[in-house]
Amino acid sequence: MSLGPSQVREIAHLARLAIDRNDIPAYVENLSRILDFVEQLGSVATEGTAPLAHPLEMPQRLRADVVEEEDQRELFQSIAPATQDGLYLVPKVIE
Amino acid sequence: MHKKTIAQLAAGLRSGDFTSIELTQACLERIRRLDSKLNAFITVSEEQALAAAQTADSTRAAGRGGALTGIPIAHKDIFCTQGVKTSCGSRMLDNFIAPYDAHVVERLKAAGAVMVGKTNMDEFAMGSSNETSFFGPVHNPWVDTAVPGGSSGGSAAAVAARLVPAATGTDTGGSIRQPAALCGISGLKPTYGRVSRYGMIAFASSLDQGGPMARTVEDLAWLLEVMAGFDPRDSTCVERPVPRYAAGIDAPLTGLTIGLPKEYFGAGLSPAVGDLIQAAIEVVRRLGAQIKEISLPNSHLAVPVYYVIAPAEASSNLSRYDGVRYGYRCIQPRDLEDMYERTRGEGFGAEVKRRIMVGTYVLSAGYYDAYYLKAQQVRRMIRDDFIRAFEEVDVILGPTAPTAAFDLGEKTSDPVQMYLSDIYTIAVNLAGLPALSIPAGFAAGRPVGLQLISNFFAEERLLNVGHRYQQETDWHARIPPGYE
Amino acid sequence: MDWEAVIGLEIHIQLATKTKIFSGAATAYGAAPNTQACAIDLGMPGVLPVLNEQAVRMAVKLGLALGATIAPRSVFARKNYFYPDLPKGYQISQYELPVVADGELNIELDGGVSKRIGIIRAHLEEDAGKSLHEGFEQVTAIDLNRAGTPLIEVVSAPDMRSAKEAVAYMKKLHSLVRYLEISDGNMQEGSFRCDANISVRPLGEQRLGTRTEVKNVNSFRFVERAINYEIQRQIELLEAGGEVVQETRLFDTSRNETRSMRTKEEANDYRYFPDPDLLPLEIEPALIEEVRKTLPELPDAKRERFMRDYGLDAYDSTVLTASRALADYFEAVAARCADAKLAGNWVMGELAGALNKAGLDITEAPVSSEMLGVLLQRIKDNTLSGKIAKEVFEAMWNGEGGADAVIEQRGLKQLTDRSALEAVIEEVIAANPNQAQQYRAGKEKLLGFFVGQVMKATKGQAHPQLVNELLQEKLGGCKIIE
Repeated sequence: MSLGPSQVREIAHLARLAIDRNDIPAYVENLSRILDFVEQLGSVATEGTAPLAHPLEMPQRLRADVVEEEDQRELFQSIAPATQDGLYLVPKVIE
Repeated sequence: MHKKTIAQLAAGLRSGDFTSIELTQACLERIRRLDSKLNAFITVSEEQALAAAQTADSTRAAGRGGALTGIPIAHKDIFCTQGVKTSCGSRMLDNFIAPYDAHVVERLKAAGAVMVGKTNMDEFAMGSSNETSFFGPVHNPWVDTAVPGGSSGGSAAAVAARLVPAATGTDTGGSIRQPAALCGISGLKPTYGRVSRYGMIAFASSLDQGGPMARTVEDLAWLLEVMAGFDPRDSTCVERPVPRYAAGIDAPLTGLTIGLPKEYFGAGLSPAVGDLIQAAIEVVRRLGAQIKEISLPNSHLAVPVYYVIAPAEASSNLSRYDGVRYGYRCIQPRDLEDMYERTRGEGFGAEVKRRIMVGTYVLSAGYYDAYYLKAQQVRRMIRDDFIRAFEEVDVILGPTAPTAAFDLGEKTSDPVQMYLSDIYTIAVNLAGLPALSIPAGFAAGRPVGLQLISNFFAEERLLNVGHRYQQETDWHARIPPGYE
Repeated sequence: MDWEAVIGLEIHIQLATKTKIFSGAATAYGAAPNTQACAIDLGMPGVLPVLNEQAVRMAVKLGLALGATIAPRSVFARKNYFYPDLPKGYQISQYELPVVADGELNIELDGGVSKRIGIIRAHLEEDAGKSLHEGFEQVTAIDLNRAGTPLIEVVSAPDMRSAKEAVAYMKKLHSLVRYLEISDGNMQEGSFRCDANISVRPLGEQRLGTRTEVKNVNSFRFVERAINYEIQRQIELLEAGGEVVQETRLFDTSRNETRSMRTKEEANDYRYFPDPDLLPLEIEPALIEEVRKTLPELPDAKRERFMRDYGLDAYDSTVLTASRALADYFEAVAARCADAKLAGNWVMGELAGALNKAGLDITEAPVSSEMLGVLLQRIKDNTLSGKIAKEVFEAMWNGEGGADAVIEQRGLKQLTDRSALEAVIEEVIAANPNQAQQYRAGKEKLLGFFVGQVMKATKGQAHPQLVNELLQEKLGGCKIIE
């Protein structure tokens, strides 16, 4: 499964990664090599085998509906790139 | 003092031969003097360390404290530490001071261990050589031009060079065991769910597991006893009593059956490593264990399965690094899209970006079934191979890595070649099993690791075999030249 | 050509849990920005989700009330996309295996007809935060208090054929979740939000037309308007030879029209996959039975019972069971005054009118069911006339106390003392000899005049029936002129 430059650009955009134009050929090559490598899975007979998402097949544990968190806004926002009046700021979202 | 194991240091602290302050200062002094060669530390937290050492000394003076009280340790920089930078080896988190401690950090702190700093690692734990770190590569203490392995390369190098008696690591595809092998120390990857992942920065959530790295198996036992245990904050953490691991390590190996998977001894294994593993097999045989050849027929599929599942989970886990709430944000974004793309483009290194893109691709519409679903099916086949094997044997033995440490830059140009250095470790993560790597000798002056794998939650058995092996050998006691 | 509209609704309901679906942070509405967003809600590195038991119980409760299947095993999945109010870069939702599937809800249409609307699925997921655009130059501000609030998304089958049916369905579901006490249903605060999938096709055609999705229509009125607009737009487009584009549209409430939301329509590729931080949710039959025991009487059953036990008609029963609070109120009043009809008339008349005027919910009524019950008792025991009772009701509404206190204070007790009334009546007859004469001559209508005069003399407190009786007695028989 080889990828082309336009596919790499599409994937990079879907993942919100700015890729330098000069680096595209290297990504094309490396990603293609990785995908070629994992391609061998395609020939494995897996009919009737259930997918395994977790090594331990246990059910989800449930948490009691009790408030356990307190307001730590000041601490959390002390490491934020941009805030104002307790709000996080980002460049204007255009809808 | 730096040559002592945790067990020996604890005895010294107990008998008052030295204090934790003295011990901690000695560690800090060695880090100051020697780490410029290794680059094993991203952050040294001297002030906090000395304060913690003082507390530990008071605890001991009051007649309290346990095996780890006052023992210096280092944390892989993937574990969140309140008030001390947690970078995960990335520019993205170069300015990140976590507002909380990871569960493992909390537990070790509560046990009185003294954190002296945070160790270098592959960026977001993605790498097998420590060359993907934003903070530069780590050098192997045995051979300066060689890699220490990865991703817990800083922890492995720091322990091997006797900068600290122990360190924490995480293992997603071999990231504790492979650097332990390449640096000549002992490292344990516990059963998935044995150690809480809370506060441990996620790479691939269904594979990640934290564990201890130290010079001896006995030390690993003391560490695991503290690190393991139930944490309600991690849904995948298992509620199950924690055994007194150190108590059972001396048991005889007679009656034990050890399996040798034939797939782990085929082409691809370097002859020098193969010879050392054969020698190790003789040691355990002498100790009374039965040796039996077994088969793990799907093991050749482990690396491709891993390179679908791990990038898929990682691509999603790393979406939170968007420059909005913490971490790196690019300068003067034009608009929102520009902020996302440049923040992430500039904040992540090449290997991380590569894996995010692979993961994004394999999960995308039209490819999910062919890649992700297929990989999960094969994952079950790989796990079932082990389940069947453990009906016949108690422990599986083989090499940790196909070769001893390779040179810096040797595999950076071909990602697939790099991925294949984890060929013997990855299946264990896919299956969720515990595994141990211990030193088994040297190939051309470079350490070689022996891997032991056991059934789910049978860490005691691994520690038992590993400890008995270390009673018969002294590979683990060798010190890299220049670090005596 | 005749067209048929096909409508399906996706309704997001905030569950009334105390804490978030995956964290222990509070969900209270209206807190200062980001004070209820903990490390998990903020998507900080290394923190992990743990599922809220109450959210699961609420989902089960809704599933049972919809007659749906509760999945013994359901899976949480990640829906991946980037947006500033989505802290982790993915929303934890359910995709392939939802917790609730295959249910139904009956709606009542005009003329007492009932229609079954299928429920395809209902799944648990987390809400996103809020983006604030107004009041900021060049930037958008993010409040993540809402991030992680539990939602259940109820997806209907495309069974509705008009805006009216869609509104009836929405109202019925709204009433149901409040009956079940799993949501406050507050639409202004966003607790109950609706996306509508709309398509049209020539009447008789079996295949579905291309649909559009109208997002976030969050009041019954707007849903009706938005759907009607969209149906009309699609019909006009098709009749003009055009094609409907599958897209997401937004309802502009100021212009009463829908418009395309994304000009740069980017194929959404959400890359769903099972969330590896969460394990499959397994619901044991024992839990389902436990929840079943907590189910209240549901609207349809209650409506039937009101018709049967209180002798109310279908319309009144539907109105009175529209909300559990209203039904409870009515039942308390009816029990107190022992007259369901009277109670029904007052609850739907005087009380509903006053609530409506004041913009209050039944739960906020200043006149409690006990107070209204006592008032109606005073009508029944002839202490008050219906007319005076309205005055007393108003006084109670304005906080002047209970019925008896108001009656006492204002001296409104109805005059039922026969001899006292006789005296008044004699005076009135004496003062109006001409009218008395005419009445006796057969002008029967004049009885009303005398009643009026007596009521005036007694300030309306005379018992009307008694006044009638005594007047006829005193005036003597009226000769009916053939």
